[in-house]
Amino acid sequence: MPEQQVDPLLQPHPVIKIEGQRELRNWRAFPWWFVALISIAALAAYTIYAQESYREAFLWIKAGLQVTLSISLISYFIAVFLGLITGLSRLSKNVFLNNLARLYVELIRGVPMMVLIFFIALVGVPAVVDGLNNLGHWFGQQGITPLAVALTAFSNKSFPMTVRATVALSVTYGAFIAEIFRAGIQSIERGQMEAARSLGMSSGQAMVHIILPQAIRNVLPALGNDFVAMVKDSSLVSVLAVRDITQISRLYAGSTFRFREAYMTLSVMYLTLTVALSLLLQAFERRLRRND
Amino acid sequence: MTNAQHIIVVEDLHKHFDQVHALNGVSMKVGRGKVVVIIGPSGSGKSTLLRCINHLEIPTQGKVSIDGELLTPDQKHLNEVRAEIGMVFQLFNLFPHLTAIENVTLAQKVVRKRSKAEAAEIAMKQLERVGIPEKADVYPSQLSGGQQQRVAIARSLAMDPKIMLFDEPTSALDPEMIKEVLDVMLDLAKEGMTMLVVSHEMGFTRAAADEIIFMDEGLIVEHTTPHDLFNNPREERTKLFLSQILQH
Repeated sequence: MPEQQVDPLLQPHPVIKIEGQRELRNWRAFPWWFVALISIAALAAYTIYAQESYREAFLWIKAGLQVTLSISLISYFIAVFLGLITGLSRLSKNVFLNNLARLYVELIRGVPMMVLIFFIALVGVPAVVDGLNNLGHWFGQQGITPLAVALTAFSNKSFPMTVRATVALSVTYGAFIAEIFRAGIQSIERGQMEAARSLGMSSGQAMVHIILPQAIRNVLPALGNDFVAMVKDSSLVSVLAVRDITQISRLYAGSTFRFREAYMTLSVMYLTLTVALSLLLQAFERRLRRND
Repeated sequence: MTNAQHIIVVEDLHKHFDQVHALNGVSMKVGRGKVVVIIGPSGSGKSTLLRCINHLEIPTQGKVSIDGELLTPDQKHLNEVRAEIGMVFQLFNLFPHLTAIENVTLAQKVVRKRSKAEAAEIAMKQLERVGIPEKADVYPSQLSGGQQQRVAIARSLAMDPKIMLFDEPTSALDPEMIKEVLDVMLDLAKEGMTMLVVSHEMGFTRAAADEIIFMDEGLIVEHTTPHDLFNNPREERTKLFLSQILQH
């Protein structure tokens, strides 16, 4: 065989190993923060297990876990629904819907969340009750008795603080989630809508079959983050004396003066919840991406 | 010829985008079964004309009739007319979350109200027609540009359109994939489909076009046969443009 001329550029590059640097890079890339986090959690768990005073605090506070989780979960689902409707309205050509959605989002985003919770629970809900009662009286005057009876039966007691807290969180987060959906829908190329319309689909059909499935997939990470944020912000409902884990910790600390035990335990509980949720969401996202 | 023989009738079409006047009064007629190629420099209004014909862009002024039916701004009516007009885009615009066959069946089910089985059968037939039945269950991201464009053509054909609009169907393709798309378009032309094609593929024009339109600055400069346009263009602008695209 004739000797072949080999282009030097085509030859494999000599592998230059710089062991030290590689080790350094590995050392830098190692998730130290995660190890520290787990250590803190483990230490806290051990403390709660080993020390009588911590264990007692934990057993007390644990009773609020169901309230925290159910308020977060229910509010989140309502907020997603509200957010989807609002996000779609924000993009609607209907001037009334569009402006209404914009007004809602801007109102909510301009007021601190705690103030909103006070406002919705202590001003908004009583106002709605008043309105329903007045409507009931009006129906009564018109002689439509069944509606009148039903509507005047509402009183502020029909809406316990837990319900008001859920309404407040839902309405607040609905505005944030609306912006997520809006951005997600706007991120889909114009050509998708054009292709759908050119096939004769109405704008609603195109939205349902073409735009939303892609948009929702794009915003899932952001929606997940908002769920974690919702779990943390649910602690704000303690200002309405709803007995979530934060409120119970406050009560426990107030009556026993064991502030360290109460708030240590509380922090660790939130941390455990949010870290576990984040890890779950990450795994879920990775699975989605693998399907692409 | 009377209007009955013309499947596309455009009268005095204007389209203004804020400051830009993309179309400045375009009138044209396309006969049933004819293949008409539109050429012209970029910004001359070729794509806008195509997009006004199925009202993806609502014209500022003027009339468009498809098969005797005048297009109105009424959405419900527009949806019905658009279902009769196939459109193929420069960037394919396949639905990335659906497989090739789902891309072809979706509008059949949603718009034409065909059953799942019937839509699937028609979709397979169309995918065979464009030569890629084996890619039915593949997502667009795993297809080459040429294959994606062929699925897009199948998606339009499955709606049984009366006319097909092609908006630079090969200009986003790598050179080796242009032929497979043009071959599908040539077959369609032979089968008697009415086609309005914005393209500078001169090989296709020579082989398939019955008429050719040269546009510039939002107006039709010449509307004639390819033979006439290539051999004795009337207008100076046409000569200049042809010399630019035919040189290489």
